[in-house]
Amino acid sequence: MKKILLLTIALCISISGYAQETGSVLIKNGTVMTITDGNKADTDVLIEDGVITDIGKDLSAPRGVKTVDASGKYVMPGIIDAHSHIAAVDVNEWTNPVTAEVSMEESIDPTDINIYWALAGGVTSIHLMHGSANVIGGQNETLKLRYGSNMDGMRFEGAPRTIKFALGENPTRVHGQGFDVKPRTRMGVEQVIRDHFDAALDYRRNRQEYLDAKKAYENGNLDTPPVPVAKNERLEVLVDIIEGEVWVHTHSYRADEIVMLMRVFNDYGIENFTFQHANEAFKVAPELKKNNAYTSVFADWWAYKFEVYYSTAYNASILNANGVRNSINSDSGELIRHLNHEAAKAVHYGGTSKQDALKMITINPAMQLGIDDKVGSIEEGKHGDVAIWDGHPLSIYSIAEKTFVDGKKYFDRSEDKDDMRLEADAETDFDEGRSRWYNENGRQNNTCLRGAEIRFTKQGMKLNQSRN
Amino acid sequence: MKYFKSLLTTCLLVFVIGMNVEAQITEKAEYGKFAITNATIHTVSNGVIENGVVLIDGEKIVHVGQNAKITADYQRIDATGKHIYPGFMDAGTQLGLQEIGAVAVTNDQAELGNLNPHVRAFTAINPSSVSIPVTRVNGVTHVVSLPVSGLISGKSTLIDLYGYSPDSMAVSANAGLHLNWPSAQKGGWWDDRSDKKIKEQYEKRLKTLNDLWSKAEFYHKMMSAYEKNPENKSKPDGNKKMQAMREVITGKIPVIISVDAKKDILNAIEWTKEHPDARFILAGVQDGWRVAEEIAEAGLPCLVSTLYTPERDYDNYQRPYQNPGKLHEAGVKVAIATGGVENVRNAPYHAGYAATYGLGKEEALKAITLNSAEIFGVDDKLGSIEKGKQANLFISDGDPFEPMNHIEQVFIRGYKIPMISRHTQLYDEYLNRGAKSNN
Repeated sequence: MKKILLLTIALCISISGYAQETGSVLIKNGTVMTITDGNKADTDVLIEDGVITDIGKDLSAPRGVKTVDASGKYVMPGIIDAHSHIAAVDVNEWTNPVTAEVSMEESIDPTDINIYWALAGGVTSIHLMHGSANVIGGQNETLKLRYGSNMDGMRFEGAPRTIKFALGENPTRVHGQGFDVKPRTRMGVEQVIRDHFDAALDYRRNRQEYLDAKKAYENGNLDTPPVPVAKNERLEVLVDIIEGEVWVHTHSYRADEIVMLMRVFNDYGIENFTFQHANEAFKVAPELKKNNAYTSVFADWWAYKFEVYYSTAYNASILNANGVRNSINSDSGELIRHLNHEAAKAVHYGGTSKQDALKMITINPAMQLGIDDKVGSIEEGKHGDVAIWDGHPLSIYSIAEKTFVDGKKYFDRSEDKDDMRLEADAETDFDEGRSRWYNENGRQNNTCLRGAEIRFTKQGMKLNQSRN
Repeated sequence: MKYFKSLLTTCLLVFVIGMNVEAQITEKAEYGKFAITNATIHTVSNGVIENGVVLIDGEKIVHVGQNAKITADYQRIDATGKHIYPGFMDAGTQLGLQEIGAVAVTNDQAELGNLNPHVRAFTAINPSSVSIPVTRVNGVTHVVSLPVSGLISGKSTLIDLYGYSPDSMAVSANAGLHLNWPSAQKGGWWDDRSDKKIKEQYEKRLKTLNDLWSKAEFYHKMMSAYEKNPENKSKPDGNKKMQAMREVITGKIPVIISVDAKKDILNAIEWTKEHPDARFILAGVQDGWRVAEEIAEAGLPCLVSTLYTPERDYDNYQRPYQNPGKLHEAGVKVAIATGGVENVRNAPYHAGYAATYGLGKEEALKAITLNSAEIFGVDDKLGSIEKGKQANLFISDGDPFEPMNHIEQVFIRGYKIPMISRHTQLYDEYLNRGAKSNN
């Protein structure tokens, strides 16, 4: 009987193709930061086959399960970054103001060293986003940082589909200024979205009528074959958005454009959406709350372009005080290394409680990505995605020591080597180096406009297709 | 009568509230005599004083210690349970030179031309930059702002962050000459130049630098001879670039060499040895930990940050955090320089990372205060809480390296600074957006 069971399991694994390696571990005597149920001192967490099965005192390890002593340490859910471009191959399909048909699902680089560096900062999941060059960009992919697995192995199974929208300067600059293609203004941005939603609704009706008629013809209930309505992947995805199957994450900055999009979404019955960056979200916090909108913001980035000049680092605290569910993201290969301290800035600017600050990098981003039933807190039945810190994670003196995904250890500071690359690059010369000091504000790494930067040349404007 | 009384109270209340609203918009710095009492004073130069008093009179600190006679003319600030630190200094920024990154007309840090020793950051500092109050309310009171383009970018300026003109803010109008060290190696995976080409370009740029230097030496000799004896000679033609180099080659102001990679650092060290009369500082120095001994032996101080990704994909993830600690361990004097503009306010966290990863709290505190002051030769005025020094300090509710803690009051040059910036003003306006009721 046991053999049959094992065989069945093996068969399931080979069919699904990428069932993940899971692990089991008993983490003893730590301060467990459950996020949803307060902090529990001197408490054990048992993870079996990737799932948290018990939280309590004096648990004993089942046979074969290793024990990790966390006395004097903090056990925290893995940090979730709701806005990332690490582990990306390409970021921007910028050739059209609307590219809903493209997806990051085939644009994942599982060997990116930034994955390991993020694990070393206690991060276990990221929202790998398409860029912000177009009004309706490509679909995003939610990943688990299973460093060492392949592209399929990185996927967060069961996460809802999401898509990137972008308002304001980026799409108007790339398309309106760069190519003389609508939109050049925020007025145009609204109409591009409405035009395409309208087209999607027409398409849904026409396509359905065609399919019904085709069926009727095939069944002999119709004498003449109907005129075909071809399948259109771009419009299919837009229909999925209207039907609530694809959640929208919108790159946005100004208060007026945030309100505009909520008006549009209300008109089309779209309910599940997050405003990304949203530097001026604090100005319309009551409206965001009323519309059950989520926000995912920087802790303190501002002034790098005009639409973020009227920003405040108190954004997260104002949103939180107004009841808006907010997360703090990185959008950067650098900030993702210390999102815990980015969250601590919500305490610094505006006195958000430590508990709420921690939610902004755990359960809140999990809700925004639709994975809060699986991760984002330490609860029985949730995934074994946790990190052990040598002190309170919001303190600058605390260091992540171990990071587990599905109960499997992917980072251990005590076993950390210098070169943690998966594939050694023969072309990498030891003496190669980058001089970056004077540009160092994090914006150049893995940013939203990667692959679509506009250059001004003597011949006019050009799109720069360099990697950064 | 009762009615009259309550009317009076209401009037008074309205008046007071009205004043407060006005105060928030136009609040000015205060200047005079201040007594900060009952504080834990982190002097940096003389350890920590518990339950201490700092007296400020005008621009200067006039007393630091546990006991003080406080006369009635001092405004008292009770700092029970609070901490006092010297104002922090970021030794490498573009603050005041750039307002909005993507708006080119607001960027003044990169002049055209390859050799610009006469170009001065001091000239272009915008005292009204919105980023300046944003920075100083986080405890950063001083910055070095520097130009960035070409081989020789120009002269950087050391300013404090309170004032209505660059002149009133300047500690050293010309703090150093900024040199982008010519690299002798690939810039990254995208750099497809051949080894031969890289070597040629390096040698060409080095020659440009050396030519400028030797011309400047000749010019200095010629000018000095004339200046010694102006009656007997006709005045040589002036040259602004050469004139600007004179204070550099004679060591009056240092050359700040921006350099990151190991090979380039070693080349730069060799080059500095050819100029014993000049003074040099290394900046950036991301590979510093690889050649810490060599840098220490050359006696070169380093301006470094911590919050960046490792120089190379195959470097350990902690190297940027450990770099200041490893340099210090080898005997190098380090100071924090973020390279930032609008977020120079994060300089304390760069120091915090250095502290956590090997430098230790005490040395990290020096790296963001006294070390910078010493490196730029202004430690007679800045860098520590001592009697006779300028009153540049702040009061905090805890360790300022902790992002969770708060800076409560900042003093710059004796001025008690309003703790207001665009960021706090937007907070005050939008936290509760509803209008005030009129009844």
